[in-house]
Amino acid sequence: MERMPQFDLRRPASIAEAAALLAAEPGARLLAGGTDLLPKMRRGIERPPVLVDLGAVRDISRIDYADAGLALGAGVTLSQLAMDGRIVHHHRAIAEAARSVAGPGHRSAATIGGNLCLDTRCVFYNQSEWWRATNHYCLKLGGDVCHVAPQGSHCHAAFCGDLAPALLVLGASVELCASRGARVIPLSDLYRDDGVAHLTLEPDEVLVRVLVPARSPALVSGYRKARARGAIDFPLAGVACAVVARNGVLAELKVALTGTNSRPILLTGTEALVGRVIDEATLSALGKLVQKQASPMRTTVTQSNYRRQVAAALAQRLVCELAGYEPSAARASMS
Amino acid sequence: MTKRLLALTVNGRMREDAVAANLLLLDYLRGTAGLTGTKQGCDGGECGACTVLIDGQPRLACITLAAACEGRVVETIESLAIEGRMSRLQQAFHEKLGTQCGFCTPGMIMAAEALLRRNPRPTDADIREALSGNLCRCTGYVKIIESVHAAAGG
Ligand SMILES: Cc1cc2nc3c(=O)[nH]c(=O)nc-3n(C[C@H](O)[C@H](O)[C@H](O)COP(=O)(O)OP(=O)(O)OC[C@H]3O[C@@H](n4cnc5c(N)ncnc54)[C@H](O)[C@@H]3O)c2cc1C
Ligand code: SF4
Ligand code: FES
Ligand code: FES
Repeated sequence: MERMPQFDLRRPASIAEAAALLAAEPGARLLAGGTDLLPKMRRGIERPPVLVDLGAVRDISRIDYADAGLALGAGVTLSQLAMDGRIVHHHRAIAEAARSVAGPGHRSAATIGGNLCLDTRCVFYNQSEWWRATNHYCLKLGGDVCHVAPQGSHCHAAFCGDLAPALLVLGASVELCASRGARVIPLSDLYRDDGVAHLTLEPDEVLVRVLVPARSPALVSGYRKARARGAIDFPLAGVACAVVARNGVLAELKVALTGTNSRPILLTGTEALVGRVIDEATLSALGKLVQKQASPMRTTVTQSNYRRQVAAALAQRLVCELAGYEPSAARASMS
Repeated sequence: MTKRLLALTVNGRMREDAVAANLLLLDYLRGTAGLTGTKQGCDGGECGACTVLIDGQPRLACITLAAACEGRVVETIESLAIEGRMSRLQQAFHEKLGTQCGFCTPGMIMAAEALLRRNPRPTDADIREALSGNLCRCTGYVKIIESVHAAAGG
C-alpha cells in the first residue's frame, strides 16, 4: 500500500479564485471527485505540490435547461447525470455513458469535468511505482522507451473516458475559464492525438460548463461499451451513436469512439451513409469506417484487434437498436 | 506539514479534528476517529471495502480526502446498530449468510443501505447494480443479494 504524498490543499470558493491559484503555481492540479487523480497520486504517477479542490465552489454542480439546450456544470456528478429524468429521456447517450462509469461509489463523487479531463491510460503506466520502476518506466512518465511501440517516439496511451463520445455525438462544446478570460470551444477541440499531452487545456484553465445544443426530437442516442467485467472497468472500446431514422432510412448519423485512440474521436465520413436505407450493406460500410479510424494499440491486456472489431460491432448493433432495425440472420456476419 | 481544522458529522456526532491535507477519509475514520469497521481492501478505488455514506451517497473512503468532507455528514457501519442491536440489514446478512470472512461486509452493507433508503423494494437488477462496485472473494454474491432482498422484506 502506497501512502499519499504531501501537498498543499486549497479549497477556493469560486472558479476565478481556482484559476488564479492554478496560474500562481504551475505544478498545481485541480481536484474534483478525485476518483482518478487520488489513485494516481497513491501510485506515485502524479506528485502535484498543490491541489486545488473544486469541492467548495458553488454553481458548478447545476444542470440547466433552456430552449437553446442543456448546460451541465463541470461539478455535476455522474450519478446526477445517470439519474436525471430529462437527460435519461432526451439525451440518453449521456445517461448511459455516465451510468457505465466505474461503480456507484465512484459515480457519486466523479464529475463531468474530471471525466472529460481524464488522463490517458496504458497497462505500462497505470501501475504502482515499483512496477513501473522495474520496467524502467516508459516514455509517458520517467523513461524514454514506449513498451507498446518501442521503435517509435510517440505515446499511444488510450483515452478511456466514457462521457466524451456521448457528448461528441450530441455536438457539445465546453466553456473554459482562466484568469485572463473565458473561451468556448467545440468539445472535440479539447483533445489532441498524443498519449502524453492529449488535452489542449492550458495549465491554468478550468473546464466550467458543458453546453449541449437542443436537438430535433426525432434524434435518439445511446452509448455502449465493451469491458473485461460488467462493472468497475474502463472501456476496451466505447461507442456513442446519435441517429435520426425515417422509414428505415438514415436521416442523420453521428458516431464517436473512446478507449481506442489517445483521444475520443467523432467518426468522419458518416455523412456518406445519410440517405441510405439501413441494411446489411450500410451496416457493413459503418463497420469499415469504425475499423479504419479506431487505432487501438497494445495498451491493455486485451488484444488490440479485438478492441477494433468490438468497436465496429458495438456501433452496428447500437445503430440497429436506435433505428429499430432488426438485422436478419446476418447479425452473425456483421463486423 | 501544516494541519487544518476539519469540522464534520460522523455517525450523528459533530467532530472537529486537526488533519493533514493528505489524510484520506479512510485513515481519518480508522485512525483519528477510531472507527475500524470501515475496511481497506485494495490500493485505491478498486474493491468497495471502504464504502461509507457521505451526505447519504455511497463513497469510497480510500480515494476521498478527509479535508474535502468539511461540513459533510459521514456515516459508517458503526452507525447502523442501535444500542447493540443490529439493524434489519445487518441481521439479514447474518441470517442469510451474506457474510463469510466479513472483510467486504461493511462496504457491502453501506452500499446496500444507500440503495434501500432510495429504493425500499429493489429488484435483483437494482441490487446487482448498487453492489456492482463491491468485490467479495468468499460468498459468490448470491447470498449477499438474498440478504438485501430479505432486509427489504421480500
Ligand atoms: C476502479 C476505477 C474504475 C474506473 N472506471 C472508469 C470507467 O469505466 N470509465 C471512466 O470514464 N472512468 C473510470 N474511472 C475514472 C474516474 O472515476 C472517472 O473518469 C471520473 O469521472 C473522474 O472524475 P473525477 O471528478 O473523480 O476526476 P478527478 O480525479 O478529480 O480529476 C481527473 C483529472 O481531471 C482534472 N480535472 C478535474 N476537474 C476539472 C475541471 N473542471 N477542469 C479541468 N480539469 C479538471 C484533474 O486535474 C485531473 O487531472 C475509474 C476509476 C477507478 C478508480
Ligand atoms: S503507450 Fe508507451 S509511452 Fe504511452 S504509457 Fe504505454 S508504454 Fe508508456
Ligand atoms: S479500499 Fe477503497 S475501494 Fe478498495
Ligand atoms: S465475505 Fe469474505 S470477502 Fe466477502
